[in-house]
Amino acid sequence: MSVAAEGGAVSEGSGAPQGTDEPPRKEASHGWRLFAIWLVLSAIVDPLYYIFAGPHIPPGRMSSTAGGAVFDFNILIVLAIPVMIGVWVYMAYAIIQWRASKGGPEPEGGPLAANNFKIQTSWITITTVLVLFLAGFGTYELVQPEGAGGGQGPNPIWTPTSNTVLPIQVIGQQWKFTYRYPTFGGFETTQLVVPQGVSIAFHVTSLDVIHDFWAYQLGVKADANPNQDNVAFTTPYQLGSFVVRCDELCGIWHGAMYNNGAVVTKDQFEVWAQTTEKALAANTKLLPPFAYTYTPDANGADGGYYPDNVDPYSKVETYGATQPGSG
Amino acid sequence: MAIDITETPGTDFPGETPIHQPAMRRGSEWLRPHMGWAVVGAVVGYLLGHWFGNIIYGQNTVPQNTGQNNVAIVLGLAFGVAGWLAGIGALTYPLAKLVGREPPPPVPETGWMRYFRYTEDHKVVGMQYLIGVLTFLFTGGLLAMAIRTQLLSPTTHVFGPDTYIAIVGEHGTIMMMMATSAVVGPLGNWLTPLMIGSRRMAFPRLESFSFWIFSAGYLVILSALAFGGFPTGWTGYAPLQTQASGGMDSYLVGFAVIGIGMIAAGFNLACTIINYRAPGMTWSRVPIFVWAVLATCALLTLATPSLLAAGYFGILDRTAQTAFFVTEHGGSSFLWQNLFWFFGHPEVYIMALPGFGLVMEMLPVFTRKPLFAYRVAAAGMIGVALLSFFVWQHHLFQSGINPDMRPLFMLTTELISIPTGFLFLVTLGTLWKAKIRFDAPMLFILGMMFNFLIGGITGVFLSDVPVDVTVHGSFFVMAHFHYTIMGGLIFALFGGLYFYLPKMTGKTMNRKLSIWHFWTFFIFFNLTFFPLFLVGLLGQPRRVFEYAPNLQTLNDISSVSAFLLGASFLIFIVNFVWSQWINPTKSPDNPWNSLGLEWQTPTPVPWYNFERIPVVNSDPYHYGEPGALPVADLGREPLVTAGVVSKEEAVQPGELESPDDTDDFDPRPPIL
Repeated sequence: MSVAAEGGAVSEGSGAPQGTDEPPRKEASHGWRLFAIWLVLSAIVDPLYYIFAGPHIPPGRMSSTAGGAVFDFNILIVLAIPVMIGVWVYMAYAIIQWRASKGGPEPEGGPLAANNFKIQTSWITITTVLVLFLAGFGTYELVQPEGAGGGQGPNPIWTPTSNTVLPIQVIGQQWKFTYRYPTFGGFETTQLVVPQGVSIAFHVTSLDVIHDFWAYQLGVKADANPNQDNVAFTTPYQLGSFVVRCDELCGIWHGAMYNNGAVVTKDQFEVWAQTTEKALAANTKLLPPFAYTYTPDANGADGGYYPDNVDPYSKVETYGATQPGSG
Repeated sequence: MAIDITETPGTDFPGETPIHQPAMRRGSEWLRPHMGWAVVGAVVGYLLGHWFGNIIYGQNTVPQNTGQNNVAIVLGLAFGVAGWLAGIGALTYPLAKLVGREPPPPVPETGWMRYFRYTEDHKVVGMQYLIGVLTFLFTGGLLAMAIRTQLLSPTTHVFGPDTYIAIVGEHGTIMMMMATSAVVGPLGNWLTPLMIGSRRMAFPRLESFSFWIFSAGYLVILSALAFGGFPTGWTGYAPLQTQASGGMDSYLVGFAVIGIGMIAAGFNLACTIINYRAPGMTWSRVPIFVWAVLATCALLTLATPSLLAAGYFGILDRTAQTAFFVTEHGGSSFLWQNLFWFFGHPEVYIMALPGFGLVMEMLPVFTRKPLFAYRVAAAGMIGVALLSFFVWQHHLFQSGINPDMRPLFMLTTELISIPTGFLFLVTLGTLWKAKIRFDAPMLFILGMMFNFLIGGITGVFLSDVPVDVTVHGSFFVMAHFHYTIMGGLIFALFGGLYFYLPKMTGKTMNRKLSIWHFWTFFIFFNLTFFPLFLVGLLGQPRRVFEYAPNLQTLNDISSVSAFLLGASFLIFIVNFVWSQWINPTKSPDNPWNSLGLEWQTPTPVPWYNFERIPVVNSDPYHYGEPGALPVADLGREPLVTAGVVSKEEAVQPGELESPDDTDDFDPRPPIL
């Protein structure tokens, strides 16, 4: 066995613990062998992944933010594959090469086997560089316009570059989502229809507990908090339908809280929005005026909700009306 | 070459006679406090508290329309826990001191009844914790299989949504409570004094208290099922928590109770490690597992109070109608999320660090090499413990809390992977040119490294905000933390059990069954949880009872594997019962030829641990060094001269035979 042959050659180079990013030490032929196996395997698997699997990674490229998430995911996988291959190759190599055998050499102990300053510092340096690169890369991808599709609270700072942004309010409630279109008279519907190629601002809020608006194929996710406006941006590129699911446990029917949305062309959207606005005009009159958040009606269990600029503890039931002095 | 310390004060040699003579017992053995009285105390306490709660709050409207009185439930549970503690005898000592009387002296016991008592022997508490943790684990495991049964079909239901969500919450909470003590409870308590050369814990009564309140927590969290369960999962998010029915009280009281136990255990272990190290046990000689326990103690004592505060606020919101978490009354639902995760993320490392320590502790024994980069390992665990307080908001990336701080929390989260990665530097470095023996513990070590690598790398994906937009709250997260906690901590726990049970019970575990257990556990663990990464990536949120039909195949693979994973634990149970009771084989004092101080004691370990306080010479990892000093001077040689022990007992460690010269050495590769 080659272990026996090299028994005496342990010195400063012994202990190269890492097949991943580690340049091999001088006289450690185990190190060279591991490095070669690692390099070959990584050089094969990484391009194979990127070419064949990369384009099909969910959630696809239906919108700007979904495409960004997929790109990030693929970069992380491409970086993760060599690390995992490195550790696994090393473990497999150790299991095969350094298993105990009758009459085999005793491992050498002593300070050289217990510590190797070069190996330790290079490990720490390499992982630190890798980690700082990942943090920088993630930050760069996040602070792009639209903020990667995540919920950005009430005052988003990473906003779309486009001047025309369509606001859509998403209201989470046990156990469904409803959508209000403030630019079309504030009608409220259970259908989510968005136009292609237009930047969209989802204003996500909740009437009761915490929900989470997850438009899966659009790559948008934002918590729906009571009394909070949580904004997330995206720009849909492809026509078709997408799934909306609640992604934060909100009670017993959490699993049934989903519906389908649709991306349509701008013209179709205009038609749909104006038709729906007219059809729902009678309902819209009964709704509280559009606001970014709503407070449950404290006067009674009639299911009423008030915009936040109205005193919910008024002695008078003023459903849908603006109170004097409420501004 | 023993140093004569016979005359050193404080190191008196007790010989066969215990330091404390057994007190004169009056009355029956059964009348003294034991677990039976604890059950009686719990029942009486619950009824009393419930009655009292109904008296002081019976006239008020209960907001949840369930007919339950939250005040009565909370007071019942709190009085029940107090009754449990009174019944076990936890209050005897403090109450006696309080009224100025001398409490009864501790009685060192040897019979089986000591496992059902409030004892001051850390080894008994360790065994109690072991049974307690396994009870938690198997209860949670059965609930997990119930979840996987429901998810066999996307639309056909075995349970209604309310039962299902109760099962999900119960599974998550029980498992999280279990995992906080999984290694620190049984092995941390059992091993720490032995590893540092101490005869006792710093606060033995506090240690026993931590176990008995931990076991009370189990009963409290199970009682949630009697009150209709709780719908929030283990995270207990607030507006949902406020509107939930009575089971939520069990969750809040249960977590508070467990939290008190965690703080108690943390203080006791930290004080023991800092103050009770034997002479010569310098910080650079402390076993790496003890470093892991110490780092964990820092988290147990500093992070858990945040959970207690959150639980207290939640109880007040539900009973006294305060508004800590009610937004329309001036509270904030974000407050619970912040408080909970400020505890919750360090808690993740409360679970991970002891597993790291255990793996690094066992590895040199099976590679016959010194632990590589000991200082980096210790520094890494302290680094993880420190950094873990600065990452909690990565659980809230999409929540709208501090959205502009996300780059910072992304950075801190990714920074924590540097000290976490030291685990691999140390383990891989120790494997280099080693002589690996594939006994069951070693297989679990390798399995843990394999799983934790996947768990750790997927953690980097979750810390990247753009990727997190897709995977947050999905089955991807769920698979990730099962890979770190179950694949890391539980693998380390079972490796540690196969390693230390011969010392703890004096009986050898069956090798073949252990290896069967490993392979079934390892294969079905991966088959259960790996598909769930894909399921999550394909858009299935956590905690749902219905999912998209195209995900059924992956879910079914996971479900079937989960049942087989559950069955693999049966192998452990069979092995345990067979090896410990049905066909016990006496274990030698040091079956693995370890240099560790804990292995230099006789088996079974006497209640006073060491005849003499050992004088420590070196760290316990000097494998492969022919002339190395023994790890400690156990002070037996003068006793041989004095005729107190025989020559055979006085053999010093460090002169161990090479393992392949012994008869029982089995060089088989890791195949059955």
